[in-house]
Amino acid sequence: MTQFIVNGQDVTLDIDPDIPLLWALRDDLHLTGTKFGCGVAQCGACTVMLNGMPRRSCVTPLSMVEGSEVTTIEGMTGPEIEAVKAAWVAIDVPQCGWCQSGQIMSATALLQQSASAPTDAEIDAAMAGNVCRCATYVRVRAAIHDAARTLEL
Amino acid sequence: MSSMFVKALQPAPLLLPSRRMVLAGAAGLTLAFFIAPRGLRAQAPAPVIAPNAFLRIGEDDTVTVLSKHLEMGQGPYTGLATLVAEELDASWDQMRAEGAPADDSLYANLAFGAQGTGGSTAMANSWTQMRMVGATARAMLVAAAAAEWGVPEGEIAVAEGVISHGDRRSGFGALADRAATMPMPEAPRLKDPSAFRLIGTDRPKLDTVAKTDGTAQFTMDIHREGMLTVLVARPPAFGATLVSFDDAAALAVPGVEMVRRIGAGVAVYARGTYAALKGRRALDVTWDTAEAERRSTAEIFADFSAAAQSGGQTVEEEGDIDAGFAAATQIIEDEIRFPYLAHAPMEPLDAVIEVKDGKAELWYGCQFPTFDRPTAAKALGLPPEDVRINVILAGGSFGRRAQGSAHIAQEIGEIAKAAGRDGAFKMLMTREDDIHGGYYRPLTVHRLRAGIDDAGNITAWTNSIANQSIMTGTPMEAMMQGGVDPTSFEGSNALPYTFGSRRIGWAQMQSPVPVLWWRSVGHTHTAFAVESFLDRVLEAAGKDPLQGRLDLLKPEATRERAVLETVGRMADWQGPLRDGRAYGVAWAKSFGSYVAQIVEVEERDGRPRATRVWCAVDCGIAINPNIIRAQMEGGIGYALSTALYSKVSLGTGGAVEQSNFHDYPMLRIHEMPAVEVEIIRSSVDPTGVGEPGVPPLGPALANAWRALTGQVTSELPFPMQSNV
Repeated sequence: MTQFIVNGQDVTLDIDPDIPLLWALRDDLHLTGTKFGCGVAQCGACTVMLNGMPRRSCVTPLSMVEGSEVTTIEGMTGPEIEAVKAAWVAIDVPQCGWCQSGQIMSATALLQQSASAPTDAEIDAAMAGNVCRCATYVRVRAAIHDAARTLEL
Repeated sequence: MSSMFVKALQPAPLLLPSRRMVLAGAAGLTLAFFIAPRGLRAQAPAPVIAPNAFLRIGEDDTVTVLSKHLEMGQGPYTGLATLVAEELDASWDQMRAEGAPADDSLYANLAFGAQGTGGSTAMANSWTQMRMVGATARAMLVAAAAAEWGVPEGEIAVAEGVISHGDRRSGFGALADRAATMPMPEAPRLKDPSAFRLIGTDRPKLDTVAKTDGTAQFTMDIHREGMLTVLVARPPAFGATLVSFDDAAALAVPGVEMVRRIGAGVAVYARGTYAALKGRRALDVTWDTAEAERRSTAEIFADFSAAAQSGGQTVEEEGDIDAGFAAATQIIEDEIRFPYLAHAPMEPLDAVIEVKDGKAELWYGCQFPTFDRPTAAKALGLPPEDVRINVILAGGSFGRRAQGSAHIAQEIGEIAKAAGRDGAFKMLMTREDDIHGGYYRPLTVHRLRAGIDDAGNITAWTNSIANQSIMTGTPMEAMMQGGVDPTSFEGSNALPYTFGSRRIGWAQMQSPVPVLWWRSVGHTHTAFAVESFLDRVLEAAGKDPLQGRLDLLKPEATRERAVLETVGRMADWQGPLRDGRAYGVAWAKSFGSYVAQIVEVEERDGRPRATRVWCAVDCGIAINPNIIRAQMEGGIGYALSTALYSKVSLGTGGAVEQSNFHDYPMLRIHEMPAVEVEIIRSSVDPTGVGEPGVPPLGPALANAWRALTGQVTSELPFPMQSNV
């Protein structure tokens, strides 16, 4: 029995505590915005917020989130996610779209933690864990700069 | 839903403006046109739409285009909707798009005569057809308004989704019922290009918002009541066959419901992915590898190299090769090797099926419905008309979902059949399944030889290519003429360069390793071989890489010349070296489009680092420049990833040596160069953009690297450590 908070709601799951959080979210809670890409924390498609910090859910056992607060793309709120999503649309970042929830989670975390507008190097450092096979990277970078401007960082 | 109707007509002369399209479309092209009556929206989102239609108008004025092309990131939902909206005089805000189901009587790709997405044909084959759909709907709406208001059709205006006459105004939805009863116009007029207001302008893709908030529905995201997740234990080597398995331990895993033998291997059915993973791990499977590919990559290369050296069968010959080499004062030779490549779409392959009362419904990113539907039906033991395939968003493909073998449709059909009961099943591959799974870009060897005379003319050019055929053994084999698969060497022949003599040869190789189209297909290797080898030849002839190419182009190669000149201007080309950085140029024509690129390269840790890329593209009329730029940017990143990292290799005994992104790495954001794209203005009908951005990048990178370091790149990917 694992109790935790997902997108602001109390959740109790009576399933194998070894299950990666990713599959608990997708298969048991039907929160499918969080994607499977590799299963070994190499691609970032499964990124969620765990107690406010980005975390690869594919290598996070459910037992680890007991009592914690998990936020998925569906539950993100606040000025940073709004600015990021607006920039993503304005710059038309996604192609196939599969990795984009993870990209957006990492970008939002970066902006939440930035006291000033991130440089290209800071964006690279924060986003290097998120693979995009369509290589939308030019636009990911542009959209993060755009969101930083919106947030007046 | 009884008031719904479908009107179909067969306006062959109307829809088929050119001989090429008539040939391609074959018989049975049908335009169906459907207007949802009032009340449909109230029933949405139940998926009970008319399946045989390109267009649906809702009472809320939304216009939904049913895309006959799979949306896998390359933008056909938006592109096709743009064509319809242009002629319909719709407002862009009212446009929507979704995938059309499998039905090749309605949704054939006019370039193939079958329903399928590939060869960068989505916009090219839809260019007239989808505008005609919009113009037809517009004419019927106007006729409805004329009847409703008692005024002549000629006095009615349509703009931005509003139909008007004097003070009277109506949206599309209010007139949809009546429009549906109007006669289909025989020859709706298409706009003169000067009147286009959407075509040629930037706009974000229709599916972008859903791809930023987690709501976009992909195959893996689908849940059906009681659905089981299925993972398949697959052979450890290509061509290995299943001998036996012990499923006791697997069945003991909580959540595992059953284990079945299917053609692809041993299927484990479980409640949820994690249980399926654990169950599969617990299986004890014995395989027979006697007939499998046991050769290592090194051994395969040796065999293919020997075949390439023998020259293969002649697929193009011009002039006297012997005389050409005899006239040469310098001869340049090389062998260039290309590995197997996995497509590695971010969403690994998957499919969902639900079988109930003798009918099956599937949901997945189906790229070749014409092959998949009968294949799934046969595996299920059902007639094709009882099998519905809902084609939904695919998380990338790059060719991987377009299988002549229809192996995914076969697998999901067998999975449902082997279950022995009605129910819903989701098959998915892990990343390891994907990387190990074959259907690779064919491993290829090019043997090149060129002769140069005293004046710097290229007197002889030969290129012999050895690889497996993609089409052989598939339904496409019927299209091969003289036993030749053009996708094996496309881009090496019909070059617009003036060579004194030339010969292109192809040796068809055999292996149990299944091969497949891979974003830009033959051009993935031919552009590299031709344009990197030519760079060396031009240098030996004392010529500048850019000017040398321009001088070598035949006079009629005007579009090739334009992209090369444009990219040279964009990059302010001053030769291959400047301020410690190197510049490489290459171009390719693929899928009807012309793309030239210049790459700026610096050395970092003994490896090339691409810092900037300039790209000039001529794809005919630019329907949505935003998407064209996106495809060039993405194609460049995809190709850079390939050149720097991508290799699937077989070790001793034939086992694949890579398994996931740690050893089959992808380009990451810090390695992505800045990209500048310029689109050549054109009045020629549109051609593809999904693939053509890929071919020039690799050779341009290699050319810059050679200029910087003197190193010739004769095997891809670039070595992890160079001796700079």
